[in-house]
Amino acid sequence: MNVIECARVGKRYGRAWALRDCTLAIPDGRVVALVGPNGAGKTTLLHILTGLNTPTEGAVAVLDGELAGSPAALDGIAFVAQDAPLYKNLPAGDMLRVASNLNSRWDQERAEARLAELDIPLTKKVGSLSGGQQAQLALTVALARRPALLVLDEPLARLDPLARHDFMASVMAAVAGDAMSVIMSSHVLAELEPIADYLVMLSAGRVQVAGEVDDLLASHLLLTGPAGETSKLADRMCVVQCRQADAQAHLLVRTTKPEEPIPPGWDPRPVTLQELVLAYLRQPGAAALPGPTQVSTDHAAEVQA
Amino acid sequence: MTTLTRPAPSTGRRRPVPWARLAWVSWRQRRVALITVAILLGALSLYLLIMGLRIHSAYAGVTACHPASSTRCLILKSNFTVTYYQSFGSPMFDNIGKPNGVSGLLLVVPLLLGVFAGAPLLARELETGTFRFAWTQGCGRLRWALAQLALPAIALTAAAGAFTALYSWYMWPFNALFAAGLGKSAMQPTEFPVHGVAFAAWTLAAFAIGAFAGVTIRRTVPAIAVTIAAWAGLALATAVFLRPHYAPPLRASGGAPHQSPTLLTKAWVLSSWTTGPGGRPISATRLNSLVPFGVQNSNQPNAFADWLTRHHYTQWWSYQPESRYGHFQLIEGGWLLALSVVLIAATIWIIRRRTW
Repeated sequence: MNVIECARVGKRYGRAWALRDCTLAIPDGRVVALVGPNGAGKTTLLHILTGLNTPTEGAVAVLDGELAGSPAALDGIAFVAQDAPLYKNLPAGDMLRVASNLNSRWDQERAEARLAELDIPLTKKVGSLSGGQQAQLALTVALARRPALLVLDEPLARLDPLARHDFMASVMAAVAGDAMSVIMSSHVLAELEPIADYLVMLSAGRVQVAGEVDDLLASHLLLTGPAGETSKLADRMCVVQCRQADAQAHLLVRTTKPEEPIPPGWDPRPVTLQELVLAYLRQPGAAALPGPTQVSTDHAAEVQA
Repeated sequence: MTTLTRPAPSTGRRRPVPWARLAWVSWRQRRVALITVAILLGALSLYLLIMGLRIHSAYAGVTACHPASSTRCLILKSNFTVTYYQSFGSPMFDNIGKPNGVSGLLLVVPLLLGVFAGAPLLARELETGTFRFAWTQGCGRLRWALAQLALPAIALTAAAGAFTALYSWYMWPFNALFAAGLGKSAMQPTEFPVHGVAFAAWTLAAFAIGAFAGVTIRRTVPAIAVTIAAWAGLALATAVFLRPHYAPPLRASGGAPHQSPTLLTKAWVLSSWTTGPGGRPISATRLNSLVPFGVQNSNQPNAFADWLTRHHYTQWWSYQPESRYGHFQLIEGGWLLALSVVLIAATIWIIRRRTW
């Protein structure tokens, strides 16, 4: 069962495509990290999933085949939009009541327990809470709906490091307890690493990387070796990124088949999620997608400054 | 992460969120505005009620006085007029708190009620970004929009309707007393929209224009400004171009320019003109140059009219009689209701279809 299915989804604003040819099939129960530079189409994709936006072309299904934005889809998806918009003039307790009256499913006990745990008084106005508390309140409201899919758009953007840590701990605890799916866009890679088990990278409106984190980490290697032999290696392997320092070259390669032999003279090392994401961010033309997509090697020999 | 059983299936068990709960949300968000409106209208109503009771009891004394033509009764009637309707000598000023002053204030009440309830309704959601919260809840956008717009629309229209009923009761003794004479015709452009169905309809129209401006302009202050301009323009255009033609105007002739026939005292006079002996219209300036200086400055009140009649000039009026008042109220209420429904439907359509 797939919680998100996009088939060649595109969104055009005027002449510019914010999202193009976006095909995804994300299984249920994943924590999806949605990564990409500004303007890559992350928010557009999340708004399409939550029905705030409709695609210009292609089809989107969420929660096992529901049309995105349909009543059934909205009922099962909780969305925390960028900057956690809530009614700032309402006290936190009334904000909970407003949300509870807008939904057919609502867990008031859970919401109140969470706010008590976070030391957020029910009588305090939303607008007078700190940024971290507002984000936590928005998350509380979303979780009290007991969603099958939680959608978070840049939830960490305005938070200080401590609030970020607390917020991610809350998300992790909720995921562990609820078996819900999460898709979350963020710039903060370090915070995503311990929690994400599925990665989607967008670049200029197109899907650059999509797959299970374990599979992606297993199919990528960091190689260190002589700079002179880079092009020879590129003929044999799929090089995503190449950085040269003096005589040494550091390559991120994608292994097309398991147990691919490492050429002599090259020193292999497993890649971390953060290194992988950074490498692809630096190479917007490179792609790692499931299926038969051929990874271009044109960029392989390009030397990064 | 392993796939466990899902917390709640999204299909099958789903029930729409009840309207009462959505209405509570609308109430909670607009509580301050609605209470403010209620207090303002309530204070005005209380004033009308207290004054109205005094007026009605004083009026009962006037009608109970027999014989009506006796000096005592005429004095009673005159005192009643001076005390409650208008002071002699300054018919236009010094009437604050008396019917003339109140009706002037009431002209803008529908606008104030509608614009401050309607324009910020959606503009604030869009301006502050909270629409991304409101429109992604389980109830869905359509039900949310219906609840948000219907509750204030019905509440405002009902409040305006109740208020205008009270105002008509308050005014009733004057209308009865001055069936011919002092009382202003209810057809007058300053009176017509503050009575009956029209008052409630203009309130609803201000709300609908405000809501539509809010969802299209997406900013509160510009939406309020545009709503005020649009409503005022519409009200003015209606009084000048539309209302005179709800039914073909009637014509009356005779008398002189400053002496309209008694049937016109309670009618809405749209225009007047003079025709010469040949039946051709003649301009006021030309007429003034024709009438001898001595006649124009004569001490005799009817000198001007007599001169005109003698020289076969005829004074004409086109007017709407007060008997058409109820008919006109229904026409105006009808098209304003239709306009409001169209605007609210368009607003809901935009909320449903608009992508962000």
